[in-house]
Amino acid sequence: MNWNADCEPGLILIHRFMYSSPELRLAVLQIRTPIIQTKSKKFCKLMVSWIKASGFSRTVLLSSSHAYQRDDQQLLGTPLRYLQTPSMQKVTGDRLKEMEWREMETVSTFPGVTDSEQRLYIPGGGATKGLFTDSCAEDIPLVVVLIFCSEGDNIPDAFTLLNHLNTWLHLVDAPAQMQPKWRIPASWRLLFGSGIPPALF
Amino acid sequence: MATFFGEVLSVYSRAVEEDDEDLDDENEDEQIHRAIEEKREVHIAWCPEVAQSLEGKLQCSELIIAVGTNAAGFLSAYVLNTESWDAVGHASLWNERSRGSSRQSIAPLPGEPACLFYRHRDNPAVLVCQSTCYIAEDQLFQWTEKVFGCLQKRGLSVMVLSDSPVAEYKTPDYLYGSAVPFLRSLKSSASKSQALCPALEQPNILTGLPAAVLSHCQVHQIPAVLYQCYTDVISPDSITMETYKPALLCLSKLVKVSEYIVEQGPKHFCSPLVTAKIKTT
Repeated sequence: MNWNADCEPGLILIHRFMYSSPELRLAVLQIRTPIIQTKSKKFCKLMVSWIKASGFSRTVLLSSSHAYQRDDQQLLGTPLRYLQTPSMQKVTGDRLKEMEWREMETVSTFPGVTDSEQRLYIPGGGATKGLFTDSCAEDIPLVVVLIFCSEGDNIPDAFTLLNHLNTWLHLVDAPAQMQPKWRIPASWRLLFGSGIPPALF
Repeated sequence: MATFFGEVLSVYSRAVEEDDEDLDDENEDEQIHRAIEEKREVHIAWCPEVAQSLEGKLQCSELIIAVGTNAAGFLSAYVLNTESWDAVGHASLWNERSRGSSRQSIAPLPGEPACLFYRHRDNPAVLVCQSTCYIAEDQLFQWTEKVFGCLQKRGLSVMVLSDSPVAEYKTPDYLYGSAVPFLRSLKSSASKSQALCPALEQPNILTGLPAAVLSHCQVHQIPAVLYQCYTDVISPDSITMETYKPALLCLSKLVKVSEYIVEQGPKHFCSPLVTAKIKTT
């Protein structure tokens, strides 16, 4: 794996960055900072109306959820989940089920109470639930692909999520039974601080 | 997070909690949220003369923003002490760390953490902002929009001077004490000027007001350059202030600046104006 060639000093990357690839007919919006909680609803509305106005044929939202809040069933098997809006279901049909992807489970609104209503719960997912429910309401073809993960070094989780996505979208070709070679961004360097003082040893 | 030695550290988490929308439906909570939003609003108060000319936007060719006590101290010692500057406004805001600056109409008291604007008498297109108060994350966008909203975008250039603890500087090699303090620069894409110190290396990150200002300039294609000073001293310190000296090269082309000669003495002392001889260039 190589570091991204764009790691020269002085390169400015701000909190939301849009990349596009005309060859792949793909646009990627990278959200690098949390959304201020009081502005979350407004953010979801703006995003959904922008997606609608831009006319994307389908939208994929990559996200995550706290691993420590999984229930007993979720502790078993794959940590990857998906959700799709009804509009997206019309586009993909049962493709994701056929690929044996697991749909995100709902939780009981009142845990322990039988027959209580089920609701969608994505702890640690930020605006994911808001974006998903607004997309359902606005008939946006949207898929959420998320991974259960914990605080810490999330680099392996990022690769797991990306490879999982690639099995569906085939963004990057890879030899059979092997993972694609991804380029690591410069921002992943020194995640745990600077060099260690030699005098420590 | 608990460590091996038993102390509990609060750590910053990248995970973001899900909104609980059910609570927002209640009117009482909405009122509370609105009241909190109003209390946290950023207000920019200009002097009457400037407020009048804000019918159109304020002509400004150079905006210099100092964030932190050492950056502000540098401007005070080298630029603002030439007595050709008028105080023209201040920003008032309230948050958990800046409780004293909620009085909108009254200017902050001397020595109080504040956000002050100065304009050069002979060259009124040059504005200086000294920001020594903490601006919370949810107020940064407002501050930036409101300040830049008063300025004419055409012909505007921005320079930001910002203090940062050296503990936040990431480098693969260990940084020895003698290398500190030091300067690093970052420019917006529209800036064609030559930076006067090495560029900030990846994967270092800017936060706070400098990041908000630079992001705004990047998005709106305003030429901007930031000089970030990494220091191991939290309090005002003359050595740290002197580290910003390369910026004088650009500033001296706009306004008269002072040449500041510091007598030999202890490395860190907190009253630079006491023992300095000031020579005006």
